Amino acid sequence: MAKIIVVTSGKGGVGKTTTSSAICTGLALRGHKTAVIDFDIGLRNLDLIMNCERRVVYDFVNVINEEATLKQALIKDKRCENLFILPASQTRDKDALTKEGVERVLNELKDMGFEYIICDSPAGIEHGAFMALYFADEAIVVANPEVSSVRDSDRILGILQSKSRKAEQGERVIEHLLITRYDPHRVARGEMLGVADVEEILATKLLGVIPECQSVLKASNQGVPVIHDTESKAGKAYADAVARLLGEQVEHRFLNPEHKSFFQRLFRRTA
Amino acid sequence: MNLLELKSADLESIQQELAEKVAQSPAFFQRSPLVFGFEQLAEPEQNQLDLAELCSICRNLTLLPTAIRGGNARLQGEAIRLQLAVLPKGRSKNSETSEATAPTAEPEQTPVATSPTRIITTPIRSGQQIYARGGDLIVMAAVSAGAEVLADGNIHIYGALRGRALAGVQGDENARIFCTSQEAELVAIAGQFMVDEVLRTNHWKESVQIYLAGGRIQISPLPKQN
Repeated sequence: MAKIIVVTSGKGGVGKTTTSSAICTGLALRGHKTAVIDFDIGLRNLDLIMNCERRVVYDFVNVINEEATLKQALIKDKRCENLFILPASQTRDKDALTKEGVERVLNELKDMGFEYIICDSPAGIEHGAFMALYFADEAIVVANPEVSSVRDSDRILGILQSKSRKAEQGERVIEHLLITRYDPHRVARGEMLGVADVEEILATKLLGVIPECQSVLKASNQGVPVIHDTESKAGKAYADAVARLLGEQVEHRFLNPEHKSFFQRLFRRTA
Repeated sequence: MNLLELKSADLESIQQELAEKVAQSPAFFQRSPLVFGFEQLAEPEQNQLDLAELCSICRNLTLLPTAIRGGNARLQGEAIRLQLAVLPKGRSKNSETSEATAPTAEPEQTPVATSPTRIITTPIRSGQQIYARGGDLIVMAAVSAGAEVLADGNIHIYGALRGRALAGVQGDENARIFCTSQEAELVAIAGQFMVDEVLRTNHWKESVQIYLAGGRIQISPLPKQN
């Protein structure tokens, strides 16, 4: 049975697309047949981060409007065997998405044997975001450790549990909290909300904490999902999050400031 | 608004049936407005009916007669004298198939069958609004900033109250708010309210009860347990 997972946040710029690309790649690398759908119609980004922008011929809206088949529109990832991308349309707007159309595409993906379908939600709580979350079985809510982002995540969690199809059927969408751009040094200085604070405010199970890391920007610009950068902290943290999503028990890392060793300090001073 | 469809002018049996109905869910009928329907009452009985007496029976049962629907010229004149509104005849519903010939109180909204208390077990998120009409509200999780909880009665929150809580919204000055951690944006009881700035200096993040005393909101800590 395919699992539909929406990556959402309410607020923009917190790392939804970065997370979608990392999570879908991570799942595919673990051998699961995975599709990722860009719901951000009109502000197409996922294809850039997945480095397939030059291979987009047909898109999600074409498939919904039956101008192309799903097989024609799906782009096979160059780095992983099991990963397919369904890009958004850049020339249309979010109203092009219909509930029936989205449902048909999702059902078709299920029939094709996909195990995981990742829906990369646009920011906001309007039609596009609603379409992305409506059919979800699970949700990864991305938040930055900062009050306005946490407030928006709280709002989107409320919408998930009241407006989604699961909610209409009297069930609950499984919630996962992913905190991105976490800087333990700033938390220690009291400039940033700590993991415990965010977890307490949102009362949601923590899937992972992605530390602020230069590798993320580099990965986005190069079009390589950061999870491929197995040396970077963010890459390791995303790999841990994927493992937890698959039900494994993995301890959280990068939550506390690293103490530089005597030699590192010495080196820094003399350099 | 409840509709009392009369089928007989026998005030004694009306009183008895109504009293039973009210006893089933007292909170639902508490000061709830009532409309008398005369469409199913025969003409001779309409002439007999003592409307003033009927009103006082209802008032004794905490109902508030506010209008009549249908009725002949005599009843309509009587209603105006008693300062009740006269509504035009409704579409005739032949839903009354029950064998009861005596009047039945027919609430237009289904009343909460057992208890008017509303229990919420999941967090109340920013942007959500929960209203416990006609009773208490119990929340077994946190109320987030930007969320709003309202009740005609008391509000109990077993978690942090970070949003707004309004108890006694229909004017019950005895309503209270209880919460495990007071971090509210606003609290109100029977229309009297207190905002964030004052709340921050008043047992912030403590277990408290909030109530009205002398028309002002009071916040006092709950007794500590060992």
